[in-house]
Amino acid sequence: MAVYEHLYGAYEGESHSAWSRFLVIPRYALRETFKSKLFTTIFILCFIYPLVAAILVYLHHNVNALALLQINVRELLPIDASFFLTFVQVQSAFAFILTVLVAPPLISRDLSNNALPLYLCRPLSRAEYVLGKMAVLVFLLSLITWIPGLLIFFFQASLAGLAWLWANLWMIQAIFSGSMVWIIMLSLLALAVSSLVKWRVVASGALLGLFFVPTAFGQIINELFLTRNGHLISLWATMKNVWSGLFGLFVRKTGEIRGRVTTPIYDNELVDIALLEPPLWASWLTIALICAVCVWLLARKVRAYEVIK
Amino acid sequence: MTGGLTIQYGESGMTSIIELEQLSVTFGKRPILKSLNGALGGRAIGLLGPNGAGKTSLIHTLLGFHPPTSGTARIFGQDITTDAKQVRATIGYMPERDSFIAKMSCVHFVRLMAELSGIPASHALERAHEALFFVGLGEARYRPVDSYSLGMKQLAKLAQAIVHGPKLIILDEPTNGLDPPTRSRMIALIRQIRDGGRARILLSSHLLRDVEECCDEILVLKDGQIAANCNLEEERKANRKFIELETRGGERQAFVEAVGNLGCEYALSGERRIKLIMNETVEISDLYRLALEHAVQIRRLNFKRDSLEDIFLKAMENGNAGEGVSQSVVNGDAAENANGNGRADNGSL
Repeated sequence: MAVYEHLYGAYEGESHSAWSRFLVIPRYALRETFKSKLFTTIFILCFIYPLVAAILVYLHHNVNALALLQINVRELLPIDASFFLTFVQVQSAFAFILTVLVAPPLISRDLSNNALPLYLCRPLSRAEYVLGKMAVLVFLLSLITWIPGLLIFFFQASLAGLAWLWANLWMIQAIFSGSMVWIIMLSLLALAVSSLVKWRVVASGALLGLFFVPTAFGQIINELFLTRNGHLISLWATMKNVWSGLFGLFVRKTGEIRGRVTTPIYDNELVDIALLEPPLWASWLTIALICAVCVWLLARKVRAYEVIK
Repeated sequence: MTGGLTIQYGESGMTSIIELEQLSVTFGKRPILKSLNGALGGRAIGLLGPNGAGKTSLIHTLLGFHPPTSGTARIFGQDITTDAKQVRATIGYMPERDSFIAKMSCVHFVRLMAELSGIPASHALERAHEALFFVGLGEARYRPVDSYSLGMKQLAKLAQAIVHGPKLIILDEPTNGLDPPTRSRMIALIRQIRDGGRARILLSSHLLRDVEECCDEILVLKDGQIAANCNLEEERKANRKFIELETRGGERQAFVEAVGNLGCEYALSGERRIKLIMNETVEISDLYRLALEHAVQIRRLNFKRDSLEDIFLKAMENGNAGEGVSQSVVNGDAAENANGNGRADNGSL
C-alpha cells in the first residue's frame, strides 16, 4: 500500500521477536534524552575522571614519561583495589547526577499523558514496560561506570602483565557488581519516584531529597547517639560499605570516642566507645529492602488505569 | 509494504470474534461485570450502555487491564487470561481519554506504537506515514501531538490503533468532543475500515447515532449485565417487510388493490401515503412494476424499522434478564414494526 493511496491495509510482514520488544522503549527514550544539551554536556563531563584514571595508569608504566615529568613513581596512586574502589565511587556519584536529569520524566510523563494504556494494550507486559524504562538508565549509567572501569582494568592488565591480571582477576567482579548494584538500586528508586510524582521538577526534587535528607538525618543520629548505625538510612554510606566489602576493604571499626555511659555496671563512667559501622549484611539487607519497596511501588503504580478507591 | 490480510470476514462470516463465558469482574467488593455470557460476531459491534454500565470495564478486561474475578473471554478463540499477549497482538485500541506520548512528533509517536506491536523499525516508519495519511493527518504528522487540537488528537489515537493492522479494533468513544465535520470524518473512517473487511470493530459509545451509523451488532450493558444483544443487520433485513410509500398521480386505488392481490397487507394514509406489510415472496421490483402498470409515480419508498434508540430504551426498561431479554427485544421490535408503530426511517434506495 503506497502512502498516497490513503487506504487501510493490514501488515503481513515479519514481526521482531517478542522478547526484545521492550528494547524499543529505551531506543526512543535515549533519542529524546540526547536532544538535551545540558544532559549531553554533563554526560561528556562524566568521562573526565575515567580519562584521568587512564592517564594515571599509563604514567605508572611509562618510565620515559615519568622521567620527563620528574615524578616519582611511588608518589603516584597505586593501581590496586583502592584505586578501582575510588573509581567506582566517583563514577557512581556522576551516575546519580545523570539519574536526576534523565529519570524523573520516564514514567511520570506517560502517567500525566495517559500513555500507559497505549503501551499496555500491545503485546507488552507491565514488567516489560518497567524493564524498558529501566534499560534507559542501565544503559546510560553502565557507559560511565563499569564499562570504563573494566576498560581501565584491562588497560592496566595489558601494561602490568599477566601476573597482575591473575592476581587481581577478582576485581572484575567487584567493579561490575559494585556498579550494577548501584545502577539497579538507583534505577528502581528513580522509576518509583517517577511513577509517584507526575511533575518532573518535583520528581527531581524528591530524588535529591531521598539522597540527601536521610544522609543528613543519619549523620545526626550518629552524632547524637555516638554510633554509626545512622549510616543504614543513608544511601551513599550504605553503598560505600557494600563497595568496600566487594573490594575487600570493608573495615567495621571506623573510630573510637570517649563517652560517658550511664549503666548500672559502668555507673556514669567515662569509657572508650568503638564506632562500629553496621555489619556488611545489614548494608546488603538495606539495599534489598529499598529495591523491594521500589518494585512494590512500581507494581502498584504502573497500571493501564489508575484504580481509585 | 505488504498489504492484505489472510483472514477475510465477509458479510455472512458471522463467526464469533468475542466470546464471553461467565465473565465477572470485581473491584474490591463491588461487582463491575456480572457473569457476562454471549458471542459477538458482527463486522462492527456497538457497545452501548448508560454511564457506569461497564462498557469501558469490559474493554479493559478484554485487553487484560483488569483480571476477571471468574469466568473468561476469548478473542478470535484465544483466552484473554492465558494468551493475553497473543490476544493483544491482534488488537488495536483507541482509548477514550487523551493519550499520547509528550514531546514527540505524531509520526514518531505512531511509529513507536507500531514497533511496540512488533513491526520492525524498517517497516514501522512507512506504516506510520500510511496510517497518518489514512486518518487525514498527513500534513500535520511532523507536529508534536501535544500541539494538536482535540479532533486531531482523536485521529492520532485512531492512527496508532490501526498502524499495525490489527484484526480487531477497539474504539472507546471515538467521537468524544468532536465538532460535526470531524465527527463525520471519524465515522466515515470507521465505516471505511469496517467495509474493507480486514478488521472487525468494537465501538463503545454513548452516542446511539454513532453506533447506528457504524455497527451491525449491538451489545447493551446495564449495571454490569447484558441487557440486550441483537444483530442490527438482521433487524434491518427483517424490517424490510414493512414499507411506506409516497405516491403521486395514476390509479392509486387500483395500484394498492393490485399490491393487495400479491398478498401484501396495506393501509392508506392521507392522499399520498401507503403503508405496506410485504409478503415474503414479493420484491420491491414488483411494486415498481405495478406502479408502472397503473401510472403511479413512487416518489419515496421508506423501509420502516425500529431505531437503535427504541431498542436501547427497551433494553433499559426491561432490565437485566440477560440473553432472554435480548431475544425478546429483537422479537418485540419486529412485532411492533408489524403493527406499524415503528419510527419511519429512510431506506437505502
